[in-house]
Amino acid sequence: MLRDTGLIFQRDMRLSLRNPTWLIIGIMQPLLYLFLFGPLMVTVVDHTPGFPSGDAWEVLTPALIVQTALFSGSFAGVGLLTEYRVGVVDRFRGTPASRSALLFGKVLAQAVQATAQSALIVLVTLLVFGLDAPVPGMLLSLVIAAVLAVTLSSGSYALAMVLKSEAAFPSLMNAVLLPLLLLSGVLLPVTSQLAPGWLYNLARINPLTHVVDAERAAFRGDMSSTELLTGSLVLLLMAVLALLWGTRTFQKENA
Amino acid sequence: MITVRGLARRFTLRGRSVDAVKGIDFDVADGELVGFLGPNGAGKTTTLRMLTTLLRPTGGSGTVAGCDLLTDPQGVRRRIGFVAQGGSSWPESKVAEEIELQARLYGLSRTEARRRGAALAERLDLAGLDQRPAKTLSGGQRRRLDIALGLVHDPALVFLDEPTTGLDPQSRANLWDHVRRMRAEQGTTVFLTTHYLDEADALCDRILVTDHGTIVAEGTPDELKARVAGDAITVEVAADRSAEAAELAGRLPGAHEVTVVAETVRFRVPRGDAALPDLLRTLDGRGITMASVKVSRPTLDDVFLGLTGRSLRDTEPAPEAMEAAGAA
Repeated sequence: MLRDTGLIFQRDMRLSLRNPTWLIIGIMQPLLYLFLFGPLMVTVVDHTPGFPSGDAWEVLTPALIVQTALFSGSFAGVGLLTEYRVGVVDRFRGTPASRSALLFGKVLAQAVQATAQSALIVLVTLLVFGLDAPVPGMLLSLVIAAVLAVTLSSGSYALAMVLKSEAAFPSLMNAVLLPLLLLSGVLLPVTSQLAPGWLYNLARINPLTHVVDAERAAFRGDMSSTELLTGSLVLLLMAVLALLWGTRTFQKENA
Repeated sequence: MITVRGLARRFTLRGRSVDAVKGIDFDVADGELVGFLGPNGAGKTTTLRMLTTLLRPTGGSGTVAGCDLLTDPQGVRRRIGFVAQGGSSWPESKVAEEIELQARLYGLSRTEARRRGAALAERLDLAGLDQRPAKTLSGGQRRRLDIALGLVHDPALVFLDEPTTGLDPQSRANLWDHVRRMRAEQGTTVFLTTHYLDEADALCDRILVTDHGTIVAEGTPDELKARVAGDAITVEVAADRSAEAAELAGRLPGAHEVTVVAETVRFRVPRGDAALPDLLRTLDGRGITMASVKVSRPTLDDVFLGLTGRSLRDTEPAPEAMEAAGAA
């Protein structure tokens, strides 16, 4: 299975490196946020009580990393549906290669791509906006981004194989992602001081909120914070569930 | 090589169930080239997907390439090759990459995968295309790449789903040659589906005729044609003399199924070549002028029509016809 995972991973990576537009497109949005929204945050953070500690870039950059990993992971299923349409998926399923390996190879490639995008975002923030965050924290934030990409791409692949509709899939994804993102405090942290009680409570039950909080804590280098611990546990649990769902869907005999 | 008993597949969608394949039985011997012939929607692809372990049967049992379909699908996958109907290559991938990856997914080493890939490319006229992305290949080349992907592990049994659908006549003939050679040189057992009668006729040792999820007839192309009694003779005469011509034709020894449509008289006789001189003499003796006379051997289309009451050509235009339509 390890060998098959490697083969599929290599294939996906080779194809994405051949046409690296995904890298540009993937970080275009976060870059726009950094340049056109970031300067506003600087003022907002300075004048608003109730923000998490750290400067504007320490609040915004980790959130953008989460958002990038979230989007690139969630839409991984679109690519799979195209592969399904042209017969590539059936071709792989017809070989004796492990069907879980098919999923793992693709998920791993997604994780690498999300990490590369996140690293670029960090690099730009460091160079252009003078972000001053501790190195271990930034590295940890990249690990979180990778695990998040594993979680979401695995779920996305599973959902794609269940839906089998290239038309329905992206609209469903957008419908799910927007409330998830707003409720996770990606742009403006949903803290108890800033948000009305009901909104705050709603955000607390959104697992993604805890991931964003953990990512911010990691970025501050706040390694012993409960936010980091809770977020990591929530993320790991989601990763396990998503991988279980993915493996089950891929191993089903009728696909 | 294949033994199937009561193989069935029922699809349930929103509470309504459809029996796509209704419990079929058949056997395929080692080295045979068998055609699964039927119109679109007859259950051909569903059957093929079950035989290749891509779809789990809802009834029946089967052994494919020595492995049980239900209990050892992995064994089946290891021993068979499958070329799907809609193709199987990724447009952005290069020919050599696709073949190598496929071989390695079957467990071959990189060196062995490359060696086989090169040999296969040679055999399937793909040499020199190895660095081309699949999207730049012609329809015929892409189909041959699909076949190369299905053969990369030297399977003893290959399934081809509608191998020539969408190809131009020249590419079809070329692909037929490749299929024949594959069987002749490697002794590969081939099971193919088609809705083209000429394809089944030209390629297959044996044909299973299928319609509405059941097998309606089975035999060699000649056996199936022998079910249709005799050759067809078509004569065109002046419209006002066609009834008289039909009456005369009906008196020929063994003549039957006489029909008249405007100036065309059609009937069947046991041997068309033997009946022709008689027919010409008789009509000439009555002063009936003939515009044309045609003798045709029974075709599989006649067989299909006889078995199902429908003509295959009614359900699907032949590739030549599609070409003509495209050009018009």
